[in-house]
Amino acid sequence: MAGPLTAARTATAEAPIPPPGRPVRGRRARGARRPARGWSGWLFAAPAFAVYAVFVLRPILLTVQYSFYRWDGIGPSTWVGGANYRRLFTDSDLFDSILNAFKLIVFFSFIPVLLGLAIAATIRRIAHTRLALVARTVLFLPQVIPLVAAGITWTWLLSSSGFVNQLLGWLGLDGVTRAWLGDFSTALPAVGVIGAWVLVGLCTLLLMAGMSKIDPALYEVARLDGAGAIREFFAITLPSLRQEIGVCVTVTVIAALASFDIIYISTQGGPGNTTMVPGLEIYYLAFSERQVGMASALAVALMLLVLIVVLPIQWLTKDGSR
Amino acid sequence: MIVGRREAWTGRALLLLLMAITVVPFVSLFVTALHPSGTYPSGISWPAHPQWGNFADAFRVAHMGRLLASSTLIVLGVVPISVVLGTMAGFAFGHLRMPGHRIGFLVFVLGLTLPFEGIITPLYYQVRDMGLLNTRWAIILPLIGLFMPFSVLWMRAHFVGMPDDLSEAARIDGANTWQLFWRIHVPLAMPAISSLGILLFLWTWNQFLLAIVLVDDPMKRTMAGALGAFQGQWGTDIPLLCAGSLLIMAPTLIVFVIFQRRFVAALLQGSLKG
Repeated sequence: MAGPLTAARTATAEAPIPPPGRPVRGRRARGARRPARGWSGWLFAAPAFAVYAVFVLRPILLTVQYSFYRWDGIGPSTWVGGANYRRLFTDSDLFDSILNAFKLIVFFSFIPVLLGLAIAATIRRIAHTRLALVARTVLFLPQVIPLVAAGITWTWLLSSSGFVNQLLGWLGLDGVTRAWLGDFSTALPAVGVIGAWVLVGLCTLLLMAGMSKIDPALYEVARLDGAGAIREFFAITLPSLRQEIGVCVTVTVIAALASFDIIYISTQGGPGNTTMVPGLEIYYLAFSERQVGMASALAVALMLLVLIVVLPIQWLTKDGSR
Repeated sequence: MIVGRREAWTGRALLLLLMAITVVPFVSLFVTALHPSGTYPSGISWPAHPQWGNFADAFRVAHMGRLLASSTLIVLGVVPISVVLGTMAGFAFGHLRMPGHRIGFLVFVLGLTLPFEGIITPLYYQVRDMGLLNTRWAIILPLIGLFMPFSVLWMRAHFVGMPDDLSEAARIDGANTWQLFWRIHVPLAMPAISSLGILLFLWTWNQFLLAIVLVDDPMKRTMAGALGAFQGQWGTDIPLLCAGSLLIMAPTLIVFVIFQRRFVAALLQGSLKG
């Protein structure tokens, strides 16, 4: 589930910066000589803008509007002001769902990015071998299948008679085997593992691609200066990968905060409320409990949360030198 | 040099381990699918009598033929329109740069991080009021809108890099903007367009939330949405569920293997070119 964002960030990164000698001003001047060009560009953008306005912008505004009402979706609605938002903080079930989303960041984001970095750094020397080429295909598989399929597969792997327990048995760890997704203490980490599995390949590949752009001469110099593998990593690899790390963190954090498919299929938020996340809570509130106003307030909170978390990451990892 | 060789071997081992972890779930699914229907196989174990017929059974009970047709219809509805609209707007924002293009583009960029759950509630009522609930249009139309930020961004990134001189030459030859777009710029943009098409195909095919909320009938859903219903119905029959899941994954996996170079390149493009 690379989501639109991976590719989006890479697309932005790809956009060439105009060469210094031919700034935008020159273009504008030429445009001015041909006024016919002028506003007609909007005709090209209009159809895209129309669908976007009807199916995205309007629903966003409606979500904000709904969030100030109490409404069961059928009868009349009552204005309740900020009551729904206050409940977000006082109702522990709702607040916990937001906390769970943040806990999932550890699994969806930190683990894939750190593992990806470790792997990409160690396989730098074999980046052009046939094994690395095969790996490019294999590691992409989790990105290609529906998240729902990943959820079903892992539900089976993590069940009491699944492969994970079988493996633990082989290792002589029969004591810890359990139904991982059904246990109050392990359900959230188990769901996290599913997300980590989906995202680790993507992060590894993005970081490997980034590493292939680093000038090998830098490493030669570091070796001559007597730097070990660890120094090398912190002095050269990590700083050069800033942009790629930014892409990975952004994509994975959004995947964690807005997770839905995997949890819907594997735990439905249970046991208890231990794996409830905002996305799933919105779905239940709006379509089973018929609390459309409350669902909308949570939806607004989720949209803002994603922006609040993602914007600083984008800003921090933007490479100033380019 | 010895240090280097040892590093290379550690790297190889790590990569193999990661590949194994990636593949194990698929292996588990496949092996389990071969066990007799209705049994509870334990872990990964090769069955005494592989039941290849399970795939045929799953194909039949999941109505795979109709599911494929439904998903294909949805993809045909979403992808071409999204690509055309996205390319036109990307051309406008990246190449024509009409007055106000920066603000216009920014409005699209804002939608990029939007979680679909954020607008699913009003979308449901809007689609209902349009009388489209439980039709494939309920998935197609909102998806086109939701894909617009990405499509526009992607195509704009391409058009920003096209030299202005190209258009100048065409205009001197008497081409208007419409001809300029279709005759000169679209053919040149084909690599970017086909990458976009592949990505949108994948995201449409795998779309789950819109499918389960807006369409009740699994036969009118996307593949992923139908898989959800299939799990609900056959969730207790593990071998059959595994066989069905594999079948439902198969189309994207096949398309991926055929186009894999383009696929991987599409997602990694920016990082590679930098």
